[in-house]
Parts: sequence; structure tokens; C-alpha cells
Amino acid sequence: MIYLDNAATTQMAPEVLQAMLPFFSDVYGNASAVYGLGARARQAVFEARKQVGALIGAAPEEIYFTSGGTEADNWAIKAVAETFADRGKHIITSKIEHPAVLQTCEWLERRGYEITYLDVDKDGLVHVEDVESALRSDTILISIMFANNEIGTIEPIAEIGSLARRRHVLFHTDAVQAFGQVPIDVEDMQIDLLSASAHKVNGPKGVGCLYIRSGVKIHPFLHGGPQERSRRAGTENVAGIAGFGAAARRAARILAEKQKREMSLRDDLIRRLESEVPWCRLNGHRSRRLPGNVNFSFSFVEGEALLIRLDMAGICASSGSACTSGSLDPSHVLLAIGLSHELAHGSLRLTLSEANTKAELDIVVETVKKAVELLRQMSPLYEDFMKNQSLEENI
Amino acid sequence: MSIYSEKVMDHFANPRNMGELEDPKGVGTVGNAKCGDIMRIYLDIDEAGVIRDVKFKTFGCGAAIATSSMATELVKGKTIQEAMQVTNRAVMEALDGLPPVKVHCSLLAEEAIHAALWDYAQKNNLVIAGLKEPRKDIGS
Repeated sequence: MIYLDNAATTQMAPEVLQAMLPFFSDVYGNASAVYGLGARARQAVFEARKQVGALIGAAPEEIYFTSGGTEADNWAIKAVAETFADRGKHIITSKIEHPAVLQTCEWLERRGYEITYLDVDKDGLVHVEDVESALRSDTILISIMFANNEIGTIEPIAEIGSLARRRHVLFHTDAVQAFGQVPIDVEDMQIDLLSASAHKVNGPKGVGCLYIRSGVKIHPFLHGGPQERSRRAGTENVAGIAGFGAAARRAARILAEKQKREMSLRDDLIRRLESEVPWCRLNGHRSRRLPGNVNFSFSFVEGEALLIRLDMAGICASSGSACTSGSLDPSHVLLAIGLSHELAHGSLRLTLSEANTKAELDIVVETVKKAVELLRQMSPLYEDFMKNQSLEENI
Repeated sequence: MSIYSEKVMDHFANPRNMGELEDPKGVGTVGNAKCGDIMRIYLDIDEAGVIRDVKFKTFGCGAAIATSSMATELVKGKTIQEAMQVTNRAVMEALDGLPPVKVHCSLLAEEAIHAALWDYAQKNNLVIAGLKEPRKDIGS
């Protein structure tokens, strides 16, 4: 099997599993308990808080563990909206956010908030000038993702952070795809709130965090206990949190090497697909791009059919085709960067990890090439295109 | 992918009657690029009104390709009246079912057969009982 869906989830690292195991068996104490067994759990949660904070330049007490990235996004946006409702009800976000952000904003819209969904350019970049001109006296939050999950484009986070700070507006970033993949510093980038998830960085599923800058007073998300400084009640998921900490520690250790390796594999894969498969288009920014992200649209073919062909060859990938989501519309991200419906349906996302090899990518290129050729032979769109081409040649 | 039956996977991996016909007696294209499925059916029909040959081309997901393939198998060698009885339900049953979100693919297969029959009827000034003019929504 060749796994190229690391933006969906990653394989847990062995050292992460080792770090979690004691808390499923011997060290079962409640982290709030006074006796030694509880203290050991509490110590593990504290260590994890330090490790996760260290990866983004945050203090441990600014890290609040959640059930994952979706909860962190929900908390950040809903709590800012609710806490600052008397100051204003306007929020700025982009059209290419993850549904955890978009649908939370839509939910707020139905409750009287006004949301500006910024356009992005053809590479998927949010323009800082657009953020600036969308700012109003009643704007209470800017929420722009660090990097896009589909096309990998990395947004100008530091510039947006600086603007937000100058204009005294809170800045949240959904960094689920960027955390542990590219360097992040919440101080340098002037980020007030940041969402991250463990399972995208070789950690366990079901745990993530919201970074809340010290001094940013937003309401608690879950009520009912003193956990997470009384802002997110509920007995800690100690094993998950310990795993998240271990994953963050590992990510910090390997970040530079991982980034270098993935970028080299990525650029090689992009170059080969572009040169070997005609009528394809790279989606997303060529250089301001997550190290492991490759996203192409292939004209005249549909993405799900392509995915099944790849699956038959043992390759795991994903697509922005409607048929993979269960709705009739293709990816909102691909439409936002200006792709036609046909090209959006024909997209293929390959997301690498540092464990992928050149030999694997050789197989991937050959398989994609063959699958696209075969599906084009079946495609009435390709038939019409070729007929028009030969007509033009005859004229 | 496990969301599909073995029959669907078989017809997707080894589509029957895929291709074009040189001088088809009827051609029908249905669907649109917006929702991601376009099907084209070519029919060769003899004087006795029997479908002698049939070919398809499909832009679409696994279910779209498999339903096109199965639909061509079900109408091949049949009379026009028999082909009119090949409903989307019949195509789905022959494929051992489809996931609920893919049912529209089987409807498209039925529409594609009907569109090709309509084209044949138009060219030959015929009226086929129960056949309605196909929807025209090709394009993106």
C-alpha cells in the first residue's frame, strides 16, 4: 500500500503509542485526584501542554486541550462571537476555510452575526489588502486558515496578524494542516487563537488544542469542572493528551528534515505529473505551499473514478470531486480559485509524509498516467475535445 | 472502495461496450459537468427494431461508469420496446444495488438510453410508445 492521504490523517508514530500506553493501563488515575496515581496523570498532561506549546512558541498555560481541530474552531469562533457581541457582530473569514470554520460562521449568521467571506486569488491566497478593506468598527474577529487542507496554499499569516493587532481585532487561525509541518510562532505572527489537531502530526485521533493568547478573555466552551483552567470542563483524555505531547515533541525534532524531504518529493512529483500527463493543472500556489501537498486537476476525467483506479493499485489518495463527499457540488475551495465544475470534479490530492519514497512516487506517476489515459478513453468530454482539435487541424 | 458491490467494481474495472459506433442509428448524451456526470450512448438498430450494437462513453464516478456499462448490457440484442423496459431500478438490481447517494447515476443511465432512442426516433420519423424528449442540460 502507498499512503498519500496524510492531510486526511497520519499513521501514529511508534514513540507516540509508547507514550500513551501507560495511561490505558497502570496509570489510570484521574488527573484531578490528590493521590500519586492522579499526580502522574496530571504530570503527563502538564508535560504535553509544554510540548505542544513549544511547537508554536506558546506558554503551556495558553494551550487548552480539546477533542480535536473541529472543537477548537467551534470554540474559538463561537466564544469570541458570544463574548464580544456587545462590541460588534462582524467576523471576517475566507471562502476556502475548512467546514469547521465555514459552517460555524454560517450558524452565527443565522443568529444575527454578519460574516464577510473573502475571495482568494487563483492560487488560493487571501490578500491582506482585502482583509483590511473588509475591517469595520464592529469587526470582532478575523479567522483565516494557516494553510489550506485541499490545495496546500500557505496564507500570509504574519501580515494578517500584524494588521489585526494594529486594528485591535482578534485573530484566529485554523492551523490544523500547518501544525508540525511548517514553523509557527504565535508571537512573531501575532496570532491570538490557533486550532491544532494531533492526528495530522502522527498523533492519536480525538485530541487537539486551542491556543488562547494569555489575556484574551473568551468564555468557556464546556461547563462543569475546573479542568483546562475552568474553560473546557471534563476529565482529561490523558492518554490522548500524552500522545499529542509526544507527537508535538517528535514534530519539533524532525520538522526541518521532514520539511526538506517532503518538499523535494513534492516538487519531483509535481514536475513529473506536469511533464507526463497532458491537460493537467496544478492547484494551489507553487511555492507558498505545504511541504507535502500535491493537488492536480486532470481535464475530462472525474476524481472519484480516478481514486478507485488508484485504490485498485493500492494507492490511497483523495479528491475534491462531489462524488467523494456525497453532495452534488465539488469542492468549495477549487470553485473559489476559479476552476470550472469539470476541473473541480477532476481533482486529485496526494499528500505526502516523510516516510514516502521516490520508488513509491515512481509507481504513483505511472498509475496516475495510465488511469487518466484509460478514463479519458471512456470520456465523452475527451472525445468531443479530440474531435474539435482534429477539426481545427483540418482548417 | 468498499462502498460498491462486487458487480459495480467489476463493471467499473472492466466496462462492457465502452467506445463509439462509426455510424450510429441513435446517439444520446445526458447529464452535465456541473454535477460531475455525463453519459453518451450510441445505438445500432436494425430494420426489425432490434438493438444490434450499443456503446457508451461516460465522464463520471465509479457508479456512473458501472451503470453505463450495465445499461448497455441490458439493452443489447433487445427490441426497442424491450429496451424501454430497462429502468434505473433494473440497472441497479443487476448491479446488486448502489449506495443511496449514487442512485442518480442509474437514473442517468436510463435517461441516456432514452435519449439515444429519441435521437433514433427523430431521425426515422418514428413514435416510440412512452418515450419523452430528453432534458437538455449538457454543459458546465
